[in-house]
Amino acid sequence: MVTNGSEDGTRPADAGRVPSGSGSASPGPAGNGDTPLLRLENIGKSFGPVQALSGITLDIPAGKVTALAGDNGAGKSTLIKCIAGIWQPTTGQLVWRGKPEHLHSPRDATNLGIATVYQDLALADNLDIVQNILLGHELTRFGLLDEINMELTAKKTLADLRVTTVRSIRQPVGSLSGGQRQAVAVAKAVLLDAELVIMDEPTAALGVTQTELVLSLIERLASLGHAVLVVSHNLTDVFRVADRIAVLYLGRLAAVGPKAEFDTASVVDLMTTGASARLHNGDGSEPAASGNVSSGAEG
Amino acid sequence: MSSPEADETGKDQPGSVTVAGEAEATEAPDASAIAATAAPEVMAGSLGEYARLWLRRVRSGESGALPVIAGLIVIGAYFQIREPAFLSAGNIANLMTQAGFLITFCMAQTFPLLLGEIDLSLGFNAAIGATITLWMVAIAHPFPTWLAILAGIAVCAAIAAIEGLIIVWLRIPSFVVTLAGLLGLNGVLLWLFEQTGGVGLGGVIQDHNGFINGLVSSNVSPTAGWIILIVAIALAAVFMILRDQRRRRNGLVAPPLSVTLLKLAAAAAVGVALVLVLNHNRSSGVIPLEGVPWVVPIVLVLTVLLSVLLGRTKFGRYMYAVGGNAEAARRAGINLSRIRVLAFAALGVIAGITGILYASFLGSISNNIAGGQYVLYSVAGAVIGGVSLFGGRGRITGAVLGGFVVAVIYNGVILLGLGAAGQYIWTAAVLLAAVILDALARRGATVT
Repeated sequence: MVTNGSEDGTRPADAGRVPSGSGSASPGPAGNGDTPLLRLENIGKSFGPVQALSGITLDIPAGKVTALAGDNGAGKSTLIKCIAGIWQPTTGQLVWRGKPEHLHSPRDATNLGIATVYQDLALADNLDIVQNILLGHELTRFGLLDEINMELTAKKTLADLRVTTVRSIRQPVGSLSGGQRQAVAVAKAVLLDAELVIMDEPTAALGVTQTELVLSLIERLASLGHAVLVVSHNLTDVFRVADRIAVLYLGRLAAVGPKAEFDTASVVDLMTTGASARLHNGDGSEPAASGNVSSGAEG
Repeated sequence: MSSPEADETGKDQPGSVTVAGEAEATEAPDASAIAATAAPEVMAGSLGEYARLWLRRVRSGESGALPVIAGLIVIGAYFQIREPAFLSAGNIANLMTQAGFLITFCMAQTFPLLLGEIDLSLGFNAAIGATITLWMVAIAHPFPTWLAILAGIAVCAAIAAIEGLIIVWLRIPSFVVTLAGLLGLNGVLLWLFEQTGGVGLGGVIQDHNGFINGLVSSNVSPTAGWIILIVAIALAAVFMILRDQRRRRNGLVAPPLSVTLLKLAAAAAVGVALVLVLNHNRSSGVIPLEGVPWVVPIVLVLTVLLSVLLGRTKFGRYMYAVGGNAEAARRAGINLSRIRVLAFAALGVIAGITGILYASFLGSISNNIAGGQYVLYSVAGAVIGGVSLFGGRGRITGAVLGGFVVAVIYNGVILLGLGAAGQYIWTAAVLLAAVILDALARRGATVT
């Protein structure tokens, strides 16, 4: 009724499809070290005299979970907003599948295949799970909503994500637990063929069981071939799911590398002081090199 | 970016499962708590299970239409005991004609309420539409009736859409914009009557148009009444059973056949009783007066059309989404302004129909219509019928039931000779009772 029905009709048919380059064990072309799904090149963002970000160079490969850690005010939110198209970086560029892209609006990001699951999740509590997952992309049949196909699509998406704790997908989202709500929000992103899913503090304010649900959801997303960028304060969670860790400190990338190069103490050092003497490659104050941090980081 | 308030409200919903901290102990959140909030239609496999789920849902505060129907029975019983003529054929026919425009007023008000908005100017808007329609058919060389009706409805839709545009463009609360509408349209109505010259002499335009006059008070012939009832029930049966079959074929849960048949039987019973009573000759004179007033099938058709619009179209879905969480709707790519303006335009169309039904009921339209009072009745009826003032919750059938409650009180109080005082106090009491019941049920749900 409001948007083009036939266009929407085709979309969720391949909703559960596994994006190319799936599987963390054998990354496809998109997941290769040479052309990561998304490469941030020397991203800087200033608001008037305030330099919120400077010289961020970071690869986000497909099929991997990249954790973005940092204290309050380190620039995590600013960075994900630049990736999500809400803000335009002042300097630097985003390289998507090896091609420089300029995102002028969140819609540009969505069209590329970048979906952001914000902390508030943006779910309508009065609508049920199916209605929320397909909100804005409803399927129609003879001009009317095709509830059956929408329910099947939502069911399949949740099954792909291994979300099994909901008893009926026709229950209002307001009745769900925090972890389940997160799952619905992620299913929404997956349904839009998002190749990169950004999750902002997904485990904040969740209990132990719910956190576990969300963490396995994140692992599942990566194993389906999606790139996942998780912003988190919670180092336990970061070490539990991340393949790669990037630490921001005062708008600069303090360190980035595979999880094995870090431990909790070194990440805490990096988050609080921007440097750590305890990094596993032992280089002291300079960021842990993994091929991503160039001299541009100082710019 | 992150808004903790939005998350908080989510946790406050009835039957929500605690998310924070140590309260979380079990793997799957309490299954019964979740079952309580999902519609039994999509959970139950058998009649027994359906009844159990439904009871649990009622206890958890999701009582649906139950309180309204129970209230209706209580109020009806009271009036019947006090005045045995209440359930006579003559009075029931009377009640139906009175209920028609009150119910459509409530339907119209449901649209802004679902968005969390309100339209205070509804009553005078409807009156302006009716004035234009009656004026067009009352002049010396009258316009065709259909054109006059369309013009009246179009004017109402345009006025409401303009209010919607002001709300959206200038981001002024609908309360204020339509409050200005309430005052301004009253003025426009008076001005309009001044322009009608001889037609609106003394502030009243008489309705001599047979078609418009007959919309409410003329009757369907007794045979046609039965045919309409049978066709309606048969259509509902075919539709419901085919839909359930299609769901089962696709491996989805559908209500058990026994439940569907029970629902159809209940609807058929009410329909048969109504047609039986109304087909009685209720005339004391020579000319027989029998049959269902036309307004009943008109309201029925409107109910079905608007239920489809709200429940089965993208526009309806988006209205619930905008009313439930505007930010979520915006991020889903829904054009909020467009939905709001369209909702107001839809409201205007229903208001236009209401105005014509009102004029048909009275046989005239006057420039001292109680436009403000009807607005308040429309809000009261919608809220009694379970439409939330905060948006996102409520159905057209609820508005119909709520409007019917208001009409029953209106009718019964006149019958008892209690006058305006009794009518206001009764309506207020029922409105309060409905809201209190709802609040108590929800509080009970969040405590347990």
